[in-house]
Amino acid sequence: MSAVIENHHEDHHHGPAKGLTRWLYTTNHKDIGTLYLWFSFAMFLIGGAMAMVIRAELFQPGMQIVEPEFYNQMITLHGLIMIFGGVMPAFVGLANWLVPMMIGAPDMALPRMNNLSFWILPFAFFILLSSLFMEGGAPNFGWTFYAPLSTTYAPPSVTFFIFSVHIMGASSIMGAINVVVTIMNMRAPGVGLMKMPLFVWSWLITAYLLIAVMPVLAGAVTMMLMDIHFGTSFFNAAGGGDPVLFQHIFWFFGHPEVYIMILPAFGIVSHIIETFSRKQLFGYSSMVWAMLSIAILSFVVWAHHMFTVGLPLAAELFFMWATMLIAVPTGVKVFNWIATMFRGSITFETPMLFACAFVVLFTLGGFSGLMLAITPADFQYHDTYFVVAHFHYVLVPGAIFSIMAAVYYWIPKWCGNMYDERLGKLHFWLSFIGVNVTFFPQHFIGLAGMPRRYPDYALQFADWNMVSTVGAFLFGVSQLLFLFIVVKTVMGGKKATDQVWEGARGLEWTVASPAPYHTFTTPPKID
Amino acid sequence: MLLKYLGKFQYLSIAALMLIANPIKADWFALNMTRGITDISNEVFELHMLIFWICVAIGVVVFAVMFYSMYAHTKKKNPVAATFHENTKVEIAWTIIPFLILIAMAIPASKTLVKIYDDEAGDVNIQVTGYQWKWQYNYLEDDISFFANLSTDADEIYNLVPKGENYLQEVDEMVLIPVGKKIRFLITANDVIHSWWMPDFAIKQDAIPGFVNTAWTKVDVPGIYRGKCTELCGKNHGFMPIVVKAVEQDEYDQWVSEKKNVAMKLAELTTKEWTTQELVDRGEDVYALNCVACHQTNGQGISGIFPALAGSDIVLNNKEKNIEILMEGVQGAAMNSFSYLSEVELAAVITYTRQEWGNAENGDGEIVIPKDIVDYKQPKI
Repeated sequence: MSAVIENHHEDHHHGPAKGLTRWLYTTNHKDIGTLYLWFSFAMFLIGGAMAMVIRAELFQPGMQIVEPEFYNQMITLHGLIMIFGGVMPAFVGLANWLVPMMIGAPDMALPRMNNLSFWILPFAFFILLSSLFMEGGAPNFGWTFYAPLSTTYAPPSVTFFIFSVHIMGASSIMGAINVVVTIMNMRAPGVGLMKMPLFVWSWLITAYLLIAVMPVLAGAVTMMLMDIHFGTSFFNAAGGGDPVLFQHIFWFFGHPEVYIMILPAFGIVSHIIETFSRKQLFGYSSMVWAMLSIAILSFVVWAHHMFTVGLPLAAELFFMWATMLIAVPTGVKVFNWIATMFRGSITFETPMLFACAFVVLFTLGGFSGLMLAITPADFQYHDTYFVVAHFHYVLVPGAIFSIMAAVYYWIPKWCGNMYDERLGKLHFWLSFIGVNVTFFPQHFIGLAGMPRRYPDYALQFADWNMVSTVGAFLFGVSQLLFLFIVVKTVMGGKKATDQVWEGARGLEWTVASPAPYHTFTTPPKID
Repeated sequence: MLLKYLGKFQYLSIAALMLIANPIKADWFALNMTRGITDISNEVFELHMLIFWICVAIGVVVFAVMFYSMYAHTKKKNPVAATFHENTKVEIAWTIIPFLILIAMAIPASKTLVKIYDDEAGDVNIQVTGYQWKWQYNYLEDDISFFANLSTDADEIYNLVPKGENYLQEVDEMVLIPVGKKIRFLITANDVIHSWWMPDFAIKQDAIPGFVNTAWTKVDVPGIYRGKCTELCGKNHGFMPIVVKAVEQDEYDQWVSEKKNVAMKLAELTTKEWTTQELVDRGEDVYALNCVACHQTNGQGISGIFPALAGSDIVLNNKEKNIEILMEGVQGAAMNSFSYLSEVELAAVITYTRQEWGNAENGDGEIVIPKDIVDYKQPKI
């Protein structure tokens, strides 16, 4: 510890460098967090623009704007960009900013790797997006890239897609290792595991999930690469392989991936509800155990994405029961949040509005998830818009609302200025209405029988598709308002206090606003 | 209950819209899963509604508490927050109660699932094969085989003419099944994964190349039932519908014998003398059904994915290679074997591509007759 204290007088040498090199060479967790957040926002807008193309085409039956071939490229890139470029880097950005400050550490444990794990990401997405301009077009096989559509029948750009996924995977693994090492080794004295803020806990679990499953994804795409270029037949039945093997591998990655995108949201929402209810979080330890149970269960439910591939009865039963079981810890979390609000002293600033919407709409997504777990009923739901409605409910008002809530909640700490509360609330209501008008009708469209990934549809689905498109454009445009609010807050505004929020707890609120470039070079004292 | 009422209103709304002769059948009431027409599909529907109402009930209770709290426990009304932050009894209760509810859901769901998983042979066994982008049906007992293609006109899809009532839900040849018999479908695919979905029977089975999945149904109500492909299978994924017609046994038997007659007549065509023009005319239809999706009407293909036929060296000057590609497909590419087409169809479509788009003038202009295909099929020494 003495080394840390000796460094103290050198602080003034360590302000941020000037110009572009500050961002290129930075090993500062706050700078890297900022990079991740801006990058994810850019990807969110690109992926969102693709969603607008999709919804515009679906506004009416018939082909109007794009050809089916290009439509398939849009759905594929929309999914990949939103998941790997939007949601995941946003959470990594939040982890970078917050985890060290929450555990009283001066920085991430592996700062140079931190720089590397960010700076390879833009290249991954440059490669992926450049495939749009290649002969044969971008990947067109859906974000789930089922073989053999993604191998034998894929456009040549699939090879670029594979390398791009490899780079994204490497970035995620490095980011995850960094989080684990930081949390395990750099907690200030007195911050025991069961005293860690829930966001830290959620990221610790998420990081383990990432380390466990990203190599599996890398394996899947490498097997594709071998099938395409080196004459193997992993997924080619004619050569003795099995296309269903691909799906098993993919979803063994894919299901934990789903929780990678929601566990940090659980952490964020727990903090925000606690703060704006001005009441200690209800059931802290059960929250931790619930997250652990969800993470462990996530490894034994993958085949519920594959109920129609012809699994044996025993497998169908097992995966149905295991999937239903996830409702228990998830329910515990929802009950805990509500119990935290109960008899609290609640105010509804923008972060709290997003958090409340999260609880309600994520729960709706949970209900449709429970319905989807029921195998016989899934035979009707599978691969319809009901599924699209389900996962967008858990990902948009779930993961993405939590990210927006986090930005509103912590941005005063990041840049020292309060955001414009009136605009924030306007952004919330526009987003809330937009998201529901977009995705709620998709339940109807799906139940009535419209399959997903259809560029055109039968006439009975016309009305609700039109409504959904109107909602999508409302939601899309509202995000430009979000961009405006964030830029306005960074540029200036009412100065934030160090405490920022009356009910906020945690070490990050004990440092100045904006947080100095280096925080906790001397470990804080924890009671 | 509400949704059941809506189901009734649905018919009224359709009738009303028919009266005002709206060209587009607007359907604000297409809200819920179809009940379908088989015992299994009814059971699945009941299961769906059961889980739905359980979720609604849970939602009402949970959100009631939450909304009450948001209303009554604001800072204005409750300036000082309570301090409780755990309660072991409550926490155990809300772990165990959901668990019990889940068991109540799992029991009927498992029972229905066991019923669906009955893979004994049916009275009629039909092999269903998914192709990019059409379905093939083989009646195993009767040796009948045909393809079902989307019959919606491209002009409807591109909004040049008004859309018909069954827009994107109609095919050129329906699958006939007899009522009251157990029908078993053996589902597979020839190229990529497809999925055969018939909502009215509650059947959705993936069609996987190299593997056979089974599903069965017993339909008691004669009628026409419409379904779709539900696994992304390439650019025309949305354009390969499924139409099944359930008919009385007499009508079914008559259809079977007619289909057999047609097959015999087609076999006779193989030995007929063909003129180039006859082959080209016939080939144009075959091309429109089988080739146009990739190679396009103008024979130019799609750059980078599907090669052009117009001006292709093989189509111009290499008749033998031309036949071989259609019979064997191209390894590692989207071009599959089309050996399942009849000799006449193959000869006609090859001749068509060798005559069209200036190919006859630029190349050797040789035609292919059905006998060439028959010869190709002879075992090679």
